[in-house]
Amino acid sequence: MENITDIKKYFINQFDEFEKSLNGEKTSEFHQVRKEALSNFSKLSVPTQKDEEWKHTNLSPLLKHNFSTLVHKENVSSEVITNFLFDKTEHSLLVFVNGIFSPELSRLIEIPKGVVIGSLAESLKNNHPIVKKYLGKYAKDENLFFTTLNTAFTKDGAFVYIPESKVIEIPIHIIFYTKTGSEKIITQPRNLFVAGRNSQVTIIEHYISDEENIYFTNAVTEIVADQNAIVDHIKLQEESKKSFHIARMEVDQERSSNFSSHLISHGAEISRNDFNARFNDEGSECILNGLFMIGDEQLFDAHTMIDHAKPLCNSHEHYKGILQDKSKGVFNGKVMVRRDAQKTNAFQENNTILLSDDAVINTKPQLEIFADDVKCSHGATIGKLNDEAKFYLKSRGIGEKSAMAILINAFAIDVITSIKIPSVRNYLENIIAKQFIG
Amino acid sequence: MSTTETQKIEELANKEYEFGFVTDIESDTLPKGLNEDIIRQLSAKKQEPEWMTEWRLKAYRHWLTMEEPHWSNVTFPPIDYQDISYYSAPKSTPKYKSLDEVDPELLNTYKKLGIPLEEQKILAGVAVDAVFDSVSVATTFKDKLNEMGIIFCSFSEAIREHPDLVKKYLGSVVPYTDNYYATLNSAVFSDGSFVYIPKGVRCPMELSTYFRINAANTGQFERTLIIADDNAYVSYLEGCTAPMRDENQLHAAVVELVALENSQIKYSTVQNWYPGDKDGKGGIYNFVTKRGACRGTNSKISWTQVETGSAITWKYPSCILQGDNSIGEFYSVAVTNNMQQADTGTKMIHLGKNTRSTIVSKGISAGRSNNSYRGLVRVGKKAENARNFSQCDSLLLGDKCGAHTFPYIEIDNPTAQVEHEATTSKIGEDQIFYLNQRGISTEDAVSLIVNGYCKEVFKELPMEFAVEAQKLLSISLEGSVG
Repeated sequence: MENITDIKKYFINQFDEFEKSLNGEKTSEFHQVRKEALSNFSKLSVPTQKDEEWKHTNLSPLLKHNFSTLVHKENVSSEVITNFLFDKTEHSLLVFVNGIFSPELSRLIEIPKGVVIGSLAESLKNNHPIVKKYLGKYAKDENLFFTTLNTAFTKDGAFVYIPESKVIEIPIHIIFYTKTGSEKIITQPRNLFVAGRNSQVTIIEHYISDEENIYFTNAVTEIVADQNAIVDHIKLQEESKKSFHIARMEVDQERSSNFSSHLISHGAEISRNDFNARFNDEGSECILNGLFMIGDEQLFDAHTMIDHAKPLCNSHEHYKGILQDKSKGVFNGKVMVRRDAQKTNAFQENNTILLSDDAVINTKPQLEIFADDVKCSHGATIGKLNDEAKFYLKSRGIGEKSAMAILINAFAIDVITSIKIPSVRNYLENIIAKQFIG
Repeated sequence: MSTTETQKIEELANKEYEFGFVTDIESDTLPKGLNEDIIRQLSAKKQEPEWMTEWRLKAYRHWLTMEEPHWSNVTFPPIDYQDISYYSAPKSTPKYKSLDEVDPELLNTYKKLGIPLEEQKILAGVAVDAVFDSVSVATTFKDKLNEMGIIFCSFSEAIREHPDLVKKYLGSVVPYTDNYYATLNSAVFSDGSFVYIPKGVRCPMELSTYFRINAANTGQFERTLIIADDNAYVSYLEGCTAPMRDENQLHAAVVELVALENSQIKYSTVQNWYPGDKDGKGGIYNFVTKRGACRGTNSKISWTQVETGSAITWKYPSCILQGDNSIGEFYSVAVTNNMQQADTGTKMIHLGKNTRSTIVSKGISAGRSNNSYRGLVRVGKKAENARNFSQCDSLLLGDKCGAHTFPYIEIDNPTAQVEHEATTSKIGEDQIFYLNQRGISTEDAVSLIVNGYCKEVFKELPMEFAVEAQKLLSISLEGSVG
């Protein structure tokens, strides 16, 4: 087993080779950002359970492996991807295989002029002004181990830019498909979604694998919702049950913008999701829903933070968890209301169901409030399925298993019903059914 | 808000701490500083047996290996532990047989605080073990309690006269290795109260101790140990006021409760130490470790606290629910005004089957203060059917204060039912208007609303305390309406 300093050294040593793989890009402006991130990274240490932010998440299973940053191009047929599409609905589709954009698997539908939906690598190469302006602006905290690692090794990811007053009605489905060869790999997608003034867009980030292999996804997503923009974001995490998924999402909301996020997660051995949203101006709204369904020895960890930096903003957060077997859930939801953020409404709720004796949940709904004219509340419940409700169903001739499935479905469904796209809702309902009916 | 009201508010806000005065009595004080010699001297002064001295030294040696914790949501300048005198006793010991022999000036102090010892003896039916600085001066009602086999005495006396009980239970709930301040306390604790309720006895009166910090620069290191044997019941009150001082005074007490089978301990605190002036100068640091263990089946421990004083309050009265069917309760009102800081809450550790706990915490912040609730509910693997209900509400008065909640919920058993809810709000303008309209001044209206908000907790307090608490609350919040 590798020890902790080794994994750090290991990545630092890989940087030279990574640099070579960038070809001509070494001289670009962004490469300085990478180098700076690497130098920051070399000063950091791997988070341990002594860090408050990682108190309940033990990373040692991840540290056992050496993941290669050099990714070989894999050939994937479009049939494989088809399995993960929602119904037959025509969405714009971007496919990334092992973190690298695959134009042959992707297809775009009706893109108005000025809109960019594509690969970050390409936009970096073209020096797109929006990328220059926003990339790395929000996920820049140099003290975050995995984020800095991602920045240092940024190569590709999805880039979506919707200019002022453009409305993209067709959802953008972005698939991150990982197929490992003989080597264990790390993929580090870096995504940037920018919605200009009065624009509207729906983006689905979808992490998948159809093999039960060990790999590591370390993703960072930055989202900007400019004035009056409406951004709906859905993230589905369906990675291999042996993989590791660490992701950070940073959202910046300008005046009267509207952002909603749904996180549905059931894959990966260890999955950690950091979500930070910041209200930069008045009148914005943020909806944050999450559903995690885990079993075996999986660990799911969500750390969310909604920063009410400005007055008159609303946030609603609702996370639900269903835990089976020896799985472990961690939820840490923080709502910060800053000094002048009067007339803030912030609601947060976390409900968890434990289905087995060995499942563990650690939850910490946290409020930090510095303004007085606010309405804030949070609630957390933990329990098992209601025996009486189960009995009620059983007494009507419904078997134990089906009764459970009905109750779980009822518990989980309200996170999903607020998703606006019917085909995605159906897809998710099927996932829930598959998880618990078997 | 009208100008007259603003004036009145300012007037009230500038009001000085009412209970600030210093009693001029010669104190027998150890030189400042902390080392093994000081601890030996302290122990010798108190005529302690060898095992006690050893225990203190063991704690001290462990303390040297520890680091001062800084994880809480409070800030304070570094404390120089060598600049504290660890022992201070009023000169006129030894013990008195009756109150007449007590230094009249001391008695006067109590009178100013509103503790009429003589009257209390007859009227209130409260046995008072008053701790003036560090040594118990008068213990009343002792005979009456003695008849029932109840031991209620100072800690030093307990060490001398009931060494077996002390040896058995001291450090069994809060071990000397527990945390930085508890370890320091274990090394240097000066005195405190000891209560033992024998099997099947229901203590007929509320036991009470008034703590008071007096001599300048003397940290108080109280140690309280309460044991309720099988089927016993006791209600214990702790209340504090302290004279005005400019330098910060450290108060690191330890309270240990042990509840055996079917027993019940009710521990109530009203804390009104000097909070510092309105710029945050001076004030007491209240870093206390309070913990109760429900060892027996069907035992119950309930903590009720009203915290209005201290520059910094940092404490988490906790319950370890070991016995099956045991119950833990925590009711708290924490008020912070001006520059006060509070980081308080509770820990409920469910280990036994069918254990239940209730947490009701009401935080009120005013001025530029910060008020945090930090709580842990842990349900162990074997704690079948554990049940917890937590509610923590915050009320903000003014826009420069902060309210924070840090609830930790750690569940290891699927049969647990845990609920947590928290709200933060302010007093509505319409509520104030409604009361104004009926001829109630804004100040009174706020007091009324706040008292209503705290009612759930106040109703858990014993009668005498409930009245005092309401009075304290309105004093603490005077001038904070804006």
